[in-house]
Amino acid sequence: MTGSGCGNGEQGGDWELIVGLEVHVELATATKLFSASPNRFGDEPNTNIDPVTLGLPGALPVLNRQAVELAMRIGVALNCTIQPCAFHRKNYFYPDMPKAYQISQYDVALNIDGWLDLPDGYRVGIERAHLEEDTGKSTHVGGTGGRIHGSDSSLIDFNRAGVPLVEIVSRPDIRTSEQARQYVTELRGILLAIGASDAKMEEGSMRVDANVSVHHPGDPFGTRCEIKNLNSVRSLGRAIEYEASRQIDLIESGATVRQETRHWDETDGRTHTLRTKEDADDYRYFLEPDLVPLVPDAAWVESIRAAMPALPAARRAALAAATGAPVTGEAVAVVTDRGQDAYVHAVAAAGGDAGRALVHVKEAYADQGPAPRVPAVDLAALTRLEVGGGLTATQAKVVLGELVANDGGDADAVAAAKGFEAMDTGALEALVDDAIATNAGAWAKFAAGEDRALGALVGAVMKASRGQADGGAVTALLRSRRP
Amino acid sequence: MTAVAIAAAVRAGERRAADVVEEHLAAIAAGEGEIHAFNLVLADEARAAAAAIDDTVAAGGDPGQLAGVPVALKDNMCTRGIPTTCSSRILESWKPPYDATVVTRLREAGAIVMGKTNLDEFAMGSSTENSAFGPTRNPHDTSRVPGGSSGGSAAAVAAGFSAVSLGSDTGGSIRQPAALCGVVGVKPTYGVVSRRGLIAFASSLDQIGPFATTVADAALVLEVIGGHDAGDSTSIPRPAPVLTGVLADGVEGLRVGRITDLPTGADPDVLDRLEAAFDALADAGAKVVDVQVPAFTYGLTAYYLIAPSEASSNLARYDGVRYGLRVEAADTNAMYMATRAAGFGDEVKRRIMLGTYALSAGYYDAYYGKALKVRRLITDDFAAAYQHADVLLTPASPSVAFPFGDKTDNPLAMYLCDTYTIPSNLSGDPGVSVPFGTGADGLPVGVQVLAPALGEPVMFRVAAELERRVTLGASAGESTISTGRIGQE
Repeated sequence: MTGSGCGNGEQGGDWELIVGLEVHVELATATKLFSASPNRFGDEPNTNIDPVTLGLPGALPVLNRQAVELAMRIGVALNCTIQPCAFHRKNYFYPDMPKAYQISQYDVALNIDGWLDLPDGYRVGIERAHLEEDTGKSTHVGGTGGRIHGSDSSLIDFNRAGVPLVEIVSRPDIRTSEQARQYVTELRGILLAIGASDAKMEEGSMRVDANVSVHHPGDPFGTRCEIKNLNSVRSLGRAIEYEASRQIDLIESGATVRQETRHWDETDGRTHTLRTKEDADDYRYFLEPDLVPLVPDAAWVESIRAAMPALPAARRAALAAATGAPVTGEAVAVVTDRGQDAYVHAVAAAGGDAGRALVHVKEAYADQGPAPRVPAVDLAALTRLEVGGGLTATQAKVVLGELVANDGGDADAVAAAKGFEAMDTGALEALVDDAIATNAGAWAKFAAGEDRALGALVGAVMKASRGQADGGAVTALLRSRRP
Repeated sequence: MTAVAIAAAVRAGERRAADVVEEHLAAIAAGEGEIHAFNLVLADEARAAAAAIDDTVAAGGDPGQLAGVPVALKDNMCTRGIPTTCSSRILESWKPPYDATVVTRLREAGAIVMGKTNLDEFAMGSSTENSAFGPTRNPHDTSRVPGGSSGGSAAAVAAGFSAVSLGSDTGGSIRQPAALCGVVGVKPTYGVVSRRGLIAFASSLDQIGPFATTVADAALVLEVIGGHDAGDSTSIPRPAPVLTGVLADGVEGLRVGRITDLPTGADPDVLDRLEAAFDALADAGAKVVDVQVPAFTYGLTAYYLIAPSEASSNLARYDGVRYGLRVEAADTNAMYMATRAAGFGDEVKRRIMLGTYALSAGYYDAYYGKALKVRRLITDDFAAAYQHADVLLTPASPSVAFPFGDKTDNPLAMYLCDTYTIPSNLSGDPGVSVPFGTGADGLPVGVQVLAPALGEPVMFRVAAELERRVTLGASAGESTISTGRIGQE
């Protein structure tokens, strides 16, 4: 199908969005890519420096083995081919670029031809994931917009210079802003899971550039613009949506899209021209003569592969299977993302109910890391009480609150101390009868099919039971009474 | 007195390092004003180092293989807290915060650093006339150049200012000045000596090596500075070559190659000495064989694309932002341009422009890319020749030392000085220039011995034989070199 016959003049008619993402991640190494200076965020400016970092005359780079191994982990996690490769120099002048060239990978990258599956199974191709060094950080004082042009002076912090980066380049397979958000979220989860990076967009240890174009399905891709300065997943989505509509408006008004690099401005919600293709630098790439080729042999790659932890997708699947919750559901995603899935499995292994554990962990453990303080056996005991009918869901929540506050405890003892006993069905039925009698108006509405009236009736029962009735059971009873 | 003799005497407690240093400082005091071998003489530091050596010996310790041996360093090797200028205005005030690996190794072996020697700016040149701080004069004839770019290091040894010295050789910058100054100069196999702390000119070609008055001294120094350094990724993971033990082995049965398709252009007096060298080696039992190295002749062209390309990148860091010269201007770009315009000399600017052009989009394939292919051809042709010969002999320089100003207006004529030395930089193979008598005007002539990669032992055997033969020739009344020493008996 071509777009020529339809959709012109109709924004969004049959336009298709084409997005490719370039994600830079700082690797969580102890030291820099080519020197022994610490790789640490937030230190006093210009303290993590050395002759190599500053590009002092005579200084030579020595490749960091840990950086290579983390980059190889990324390659394995993204289903890439890991291949012999080399480093090139990318030459350009900028004050925070100490050598006036960046050591990067050019025609032959370490990792190529992989993919990343979004949670719904949509597959995004990975073109390459290569190693390179970060630049220093400039702060421009005076002038406007924090740009070097027009500023009074500039301050440079070289702590970041030489920090190892992996640039992950996707194929232009992304079709919606939501997919772009999912891609970045999923990638971040993978990077955290494999310990490759702390992947904090707000601190710049994960930086996303988006290549955006639009076309009519069947036509060649349109001219793309590269969007920079995307500091959150939310900005990414907004910027892509803005940029797509900007390009569509241009084309539909008879103009053409110019290939350029654009800057996302969070405050006005627009993208602005940063530089056009015409002022692009000629980087004069050539093989870095101070380094030798990087040739990961099969045994090395295999040792990396063998040491890989389970990735989020596999962990979500395992958690869903263990708990009966949907694999694409929020609880499974949130608990896996927090790294608390192993804990849920531990609760199950301790004889607890995995499904109830998942719910409790999701609701009550937001501020507890991958190693929650409540012992798994304690939560297991609580879920047993719950599914055994010894506690209502509402009571269980109260007991859980105590366990969390005290970093654990005996669920039976806590429940007993609270005076919780499972309410038998007869007692509950009596309370429901009372509620119907004393809330005749609400009951009439509910009986007539108005579900909104249910709340008042349940509330009355809960009040009468001093919060000990199981809300779910009350609702079920009320529905069963409905004529 | 040779480095071997000084070290032996100092280690045995027969001579004080302090006396050795004072003798050399006296020679410097007498002759340096005319020669200008040094950018900086480190008299106080040398005296302090000598006192420490003498204390070690007095306490019964062994200061090392180069105990008390004075060494001069080309001023492109980093010395902690001591100005390291590359003979360039752009680094005039710069003091490195670290020592080059070779400096550390020399000091650990008991050598005494006498000073930093003059060079063509950033090692770009063949006469030391490109120094921002004035030229060095040839001790054999002060109206002539010492060669370059390591002219200061060659002259310092030839003049007796230092027992040995270090230079760097990117296209012949050790071997050509060694030939012109009548001393031994070695360009080791690429990767045998660490480049960490050597200020880069062309990283894939640069290699540090020694100057000495004897082959044995050069061997001793190379044994100290050579061997793997984890701080240089291109360093070969092997220990230093064993050289001093093979010098007396002779050349009986060795195959010495004569390159039949060698580029022309060498002066007749130089070619006479080369023939004499073949004869001498044949006389000593070697077999002279003819070989061909067809791509040899393209070395110069390939070199003048590859070396400037790398230099254009290596020298981009001198931007006035972090260290060295800064010329203030209205904005960052203007500051870059003003600083680099004021800080670099003409030859450096010429090569930066040449290299920038050769690497540019649209020109890369025709220039830099093609030069890399020629480099491969040269490497292959040498490898083929070494199937038939153990070493090759060529002139080290097409001529003896030339007068100042002779080639300064003609860069191409200057570039031709390195015709015979450049190909082994491109292939990474070792080469040595050995003094072998004199040519026109009684000036020294060097013969170059080339060997395959890591062939230093056989190369030094041949060099030692040539040295013995020229000494024999001297005793028989044939032409030989004067010591050229100034201020000493």
